[in-house]
Amino acid sequence: MQPNYYKKLVSIFIPNTLIQNFDDRIEMTQENQIKSVHELKKIATDYYQNLDEASKDPHKKVAWCSSVGPAELLLAFDFNVYYPENHTAILGASRSANKYIPLAVAQGYSPEICSYLTSDIGAYLKNETGLQRAYGIEKVPKPDVLIFNTNQCRDVQDWFNYYAREFQVPILGVNSPTFIDELSNTHFKTVEEQLKDIAETLEKITDQSFERKKLENKLQLSLECSNKWNSVLETASSIPSPLTFFDGCIHMLPAVVLRGTQIAVDYYNMLEQELKLRIENGIAAVAEESFRCFWEGMPIWGKLRALSNQFSELKTCIVASTYCNSWIFSDFNPQEPFRSMAKAYTELFINRSESSKEKYLKKMVDKFSIDGMIYHNARTCPNNSNTNYGLPKRLENLTGIPSLQIDADLNDLNVYSEEQTKTNIEAFIEQLAGI
Amino acid sequence: MPNNFLFTGIDIGSSFTKAVTINANKNIIGSSTIHSGIKLHVAAEKALKESLSAKSDEDNIKKMVITGYGRKNTHFEDIITSNITEISCSAKAARFVYPEEDVTIVDIGGQDSKIIKIRDGRRSSFKMNRKCAAGTGTFLEELALKLRIESTELNNLGKLSTNPAKISSYCTVFAGTEILSRIREGAKVEDMVRGAYHSIVKRVLEIDTFDNRVVLTGGVIAHNSVIVNIFEELLEQPISVPPTPQSFVALGAALYALEGQDK
Repeated sequence: MQPNYYKKLVSIFIPNTLIQNFDDRIEMTQENQIKSVHELKKIATDYYQNLDEASKDPHKKVAWCSSVGPAELLLAFDFNVYYPENHTAILGASRSANKYIPLAVAQGYSPEICSYLTSDIGAYLKNETGLQRAYGIEKVPKPDVLIFNTNQCRDVQDWFNYYAREFQVPILGVNSPTFIDELSNTHFKTVEEQLKDIAETLEKITDQSFERKKLENKLQLSLECSNKWNSVLETASSIPSPLTFFDGCIHMLPAVVLRGTQIAVDYYNMLEQELKLRIENGIAAVAEESFRCFWEGMPIWGKLRALSNQFSELKTCIVASTYCNSWIFSDFNPQEPFRSMAKAYTELFINRSESSKEKYLKKMVDKFSIDGMIYHNARTCPNNSNTNYGLPKRLENLTGIPSLQIDADLNDLNVYSEEQTKTNIEAFIEQLAGI
Repeated sequence: MPNNFLFTGIDIGSSFTKAVTINANKNIIGSSTIHSGIKLHVAAEKALKESLSAKSDEDNIKKMVITGYGRKNTHFEDIITSNITEISCSAKAARFVYPEEDVTIVDIGGQDSKIIKIRDGRRSSFKMNRKCAAGTGTFLEELALKLRIESTELNNLGKLSTNPAKISSYCTVFAGTEILSRIREGAKVEDMVRGAYHSIVKRVLEIDTFDNRVVLTGGVIAHNSVIVNIFEELLEQPISVPPTPQSFVALGAALYALEGQDK
């Protein structure tokens, strides 16, 4: 039997015991595999093992950071950085989130708020972690400090505050200007000042002086990581595409948890080379690629495999997404560390106005030769769902490209209708095919 | 193509399975509607047989297209079959029944509602209701259960109403609670029924915009003509209903079978 490519991919997030239960309906050939995934698995394991060791070593410090928080600042203070969002994505991908969500709901957290938050807090309340099954790690690393940025939503603030109370550790945050159309120096300045204040507070917390050179170095590495990750994602503009959005959801791990390190830069160098080779050799991620779609919104973590299979069967490649693009920070500039961090972390798609998002999506449609837009309306993530203020219809009018809305969620599968989603997707591809 | 060649479309819905068989001239030679039950393959076989006028006809079937929610659960050994979604089949039937017209199809089924738009001879968009059962046949079944009446009586009761009760909840379960409140307030049964019909139409009207010829199809329309009147009332325009609204999707599937349209 040929090795199952998707099994290898998800094994980074999902423990082997679950993988054994996956059916083998879609077998991809050896040549379809992105081979770098083996290295990725090693990187992910090392990252979590190092965090685990750091949390047990009194001489090492652990910081929790929101996924688009100022990680470089923490790295400059020698923190080992843990990202709760990656942990909760593991809960989603392993389809265990719904086991934990009710526990947080019982504590007064609404089932309508971020299911990343509710599943993560629920797992903590049950004294369980997705890291146990995936990496053999018993507990999430205990934080010495928590740091968030509201550039993605307000929920991260409440999520991190829960743990600040629980662990009795300091919490620091950046309150970003949100939903801005044209960002100005005034906006950047307010974030820059907050970042500088955080640096000062971190000096007190760590009893360690801030070293600008160190921050410049981390920022340089983050910039290189970001540029390489961008190059990786841009390979999907080739027809056929050498990778899918579902691949991107797995391979984005270093950009999220290891930006600011050489490991991430090296990984994306390797991945980019492999993908370029695939393009040269005409190796498509989806055999006989007939349609190219764009995914807008969060992944449905527990259905990555099912959706990847369905789109493959329909000869449709989801070539790009706003989600994977979220970790491209082209404006990092080591010469202006605070200002450029403020700029890069505030300019994010998720943090912008509707008209700014429209312009961005129009560019994506052109760049990736998109035939159809797929919007995920995530029930518990209104901040990263762009179906609620008429954007899909406006973009349809602007581009002439049809769209489909999928009503689901990032982690809470109780709000996911399998049959209805399947039929919607199939009917949408039939529409693209002119049936 | 020989005249005795036949083509069948089978639409396996959540409540009913419908079959339509046509000949090479696109004339309907038979149709059937039976309860889907839980054995979808059995329902499909039965619907097929009942759509044929003579036993020998089955041998003349050249191709079948199966659609609807059970489309992937059924196959026939001796007949070439393929499956296409009910959305595409509905659009196909619309292009056949209303040729060269821009049409907005509203299909209200047992478990979902759909709005499908045909523009310039092509399907330009479609939308389905969200996960909730509001705006579908299930809502009416729940209502009949709550009022302890047969669902077949609802349409006649709805026609008698002069003062529809207000049922505004999005949720079928909450609507049930609202009905209890209306009962306590002394509302007439026919007014509650008409109010429930209004509620369904309002939910459907929220799915998309409505323009050009609006065509209502599906089992709920076939058995509840009151809904057509309410659509006309709220949209302030005449509404079209094809001759066999419940078998509309199956007709589209049969047309696909004839054309050999496959994926």
